[in-house]
Amino acid sequence: MSGTFVGMPAFPKAAHEAVHNATLRGNLRHATHTIRSKRAKAVAEVSDWAALREAGKQIKDHTLRHLDDYLVQLEESVTAAGGIVHWAADADEANRIVVELVKMTGETEVVKVKSMATQEIGLNEALEAEGIHAYETDLAELIVQLGKDRPSHILVPAIHRNRGEIRDIFAREMSEWGRPAPEGLTDTPAELAEAARLHLREKFLRAKVGVSGANFMVAETGTLVVVESEGNGRMCLTLPETLISVVGIEKIVPTWQDLEVFLQTLPRSSTAERMNPYTSTWTGTRDGGAGEGDGPQTFHLVLLDNGRTDTLADEVGRQALRCIRCSACLNVCPVYERAGGHAYGSVYPGPIGAILSPQLRGTGSEIDASLPYASTLCGACYEVCPVAIDIPEVLVHLRERVAEGGQATRGGNRVVLKPAKGHAAERAAMRAARWAFSHPGALRTGQRLASRTRRFHPRTLPGPGRAWSETRDLPAVPAEPFRDWWQRTQGGKEAEAK
Amino acid sequence: MSSRDVILGRVRRAIADVRQDDTPYEQAVDRSYLREHGARSVAETVDLLAENLADYRALVHHCDADGLAATIAGLLAERGSASVVVPAGLDEAWLAATEVTRVPDRLDNTPHELDAVDSVVTACAVAIAETGTLVLDGSPDQGRRRITLVPDHHICVVRVPDQVVSSVPQALERLDPARPLTWISGPSATSDIELDRVEGVHGPRTLEVVLVSGE
Ligand code: SF4
Repeated sequence: MSGTFVGMPAFPKAAHEAVHNATLRGNLRHATHTIRSKRAKAVAEVSDWAALREAGKQIKDHTLRHLDDYLVQLEESVTAAGGIVHWAADADEANRIVVELVKMTGETEVVKVKSMATQEIGLNEALEAEGIHAYETDLAELIVQLGKDRPSHILVPAIHRNRGEIRDIFAREMSEWGRPAPEGLTDTPAELAEAARLHLREKFLRAKVGVSGANFMVAETGTLVVVESEGNGRMCLTLPETLISVVGIEKIVPTWQDLEVFLQTLPRSSTAERMNPYTSTWTGTRDGGAGEGDGPQTFHLVLLDNGRTDTLADEVGRQALRCIRCSACLNVCPVYERAGGHAYGSVYPGPIGAILSPQLRGTGSEIDASLPYASTLCGACYEVCPVAIDIPEVLVHLRERVAEGGQATRGGNRVVLKPAKGHAAERAAMRAARWAFSHPGALRTGQRLASRTRRFHPRTLPGPGRAWSETRDLPAVPAEPFRDWWQRTQGGKEAEAK
Repeated sequence: MSSRDVILGRVRRAIADVRQDDTPYEQAVDRSYLREHGARSVAETVDLLAENLADYRALVHHCDADGLAATIAGLLAERGSASVVVPAGLDEAWLAATEVTRVPDRLDNTPHELDAVDSVVTACAVAIAETGTLVLDGSPDQGRRRITLVPDHHICVVRVPDQVVSSVPQALERLDPARPLTWISGPSATSDIELDRVEGVHGPRTLEVVLVSGE
């Protein structure tokens, strides 16, 4: 598994395959609908939700506008508490730093807390290449790792697997990595979880190095925060002597008080719980902070850029950096629900992935250029987002970038992008649409013509449109153009009056 | 140039368009969200804590200060525990009624040694009613993080009402960020398999909370 999923086909092709997988669609539908309705209930319990959402947005926006100051402040406070801060401009540098730090401990095994940042940079593969085994300890990540698979959801990475598949993976693979699955393992969730507990416990108890990300970093105090459910996070943060945390620079909040906003909005948005089972905070090392012999002796913080500053440079797109990775937008997205997480070709699937990946990685590859189109622009993602990221706005902005080219920042430099290859047909269509919309007469005639001839419309487009329509069903043209219907019925009033 | 300089330089160029904004932080964020949700009496807040703890499948017990030792002894006996980890600063009286073998929380306890212990008894720093959360801050009566993590059975004593707050904002005010904090809302749980909730993957599978009133 690679952090960037090199060689992924563009979204339309990957999605095309995924929607024909009935098991996947069934699993996804069940999961997203379950979390979605639970979330709505959890949010309804909090009468000041709108105010919390606005405060979360403001905190993150303010931090991003002063990110240099807060990064320097964070570095000072982490150092004062006994931690060591490293800076990594890209994935390679971050991987090199972590590999070096692990080698210095003399260990060849690390236990890992689920973390998007380390997946993004492909850390497990980088460690493996140097003979260091990284064990994922989150149950879902374990399923993904044992299944030699890729995560497909931010919060429940193995959402695409059902219990039967999980049983088979455990029975087949666990012995390769350590303690084998118990004889006669059935597919009840309780038994599967127990098998994972036993398998991982021996690793936790002997682990000398833990690797994590963080949900938040508090600039004024140097405190890091991990929010989780299973206790594997606590294990990795507590038992090893050395802790290495790889964290994106956008995870900063200025003050301790700011956590009161996010510790209310994050659990309710992500797992639809009032509070997640475990939250751990740590400030420096066991001897540096007030911990008095608690936690790791050595703490390294690797601050990761890897495209974040390029994203920050985009005035419309920078709001994606407010994301607290709650995954609420995935669960409401009609496109995600059908296509699944793998089709997005990155560790960030769903609506947030569609705006974050092309910004972090640029739109140079086919998959990244196709991601801004992986949406219906229905707006549901914006509605649920606890930090009010206007995902549709960014999608449209990125579509324009892909289709038209234009100014962007890559690797810290201003560049002028050419229109992405393969988007010529869309560009032509956009231009035609713009012309038609500014010539109402032509639009009307065209629509009437389309209505009358609709029986003869092809399912796919001919010529340059074929690539586009191969993976999309063309919308059926209604029997009567909207404008005509409006004129005939006075906007539906007539029907109501009857 | 170091990567630190590279990144900070990129950040500064990226936000050149907004850098003039010097609204102080206190004014940049509208804090008109609530300090607590709904008006409750002290007793109602404690009831809400018990209710929300139970909702997340913690086992909740009530007693007064005089009955605490017997309650704890009873819980250990019911569980069939042969050994219990004890933080250095735990009130001696709390374990006065039980004969169970005590394992002191020491820096040189290995994780394997802790794994062989049946139960742990601790106090807490603060409990949050609205979310059903216990917060441990590593004070002497709570011990190191590891002791409430490795044994499978955690008994946590909450002094009511003075250790109970309504909400997350009120809890943060009481806590010291320099200390290692663990927030616990029910026992360890996972919903990773078809979203069926299963308790106890890696942390303690049983969480018992004793709400002790009066002193
Ligand atoms: S974009 Fe918003 S809703 Fe989606 S994961 Fe990020 S914070 Fe959650």
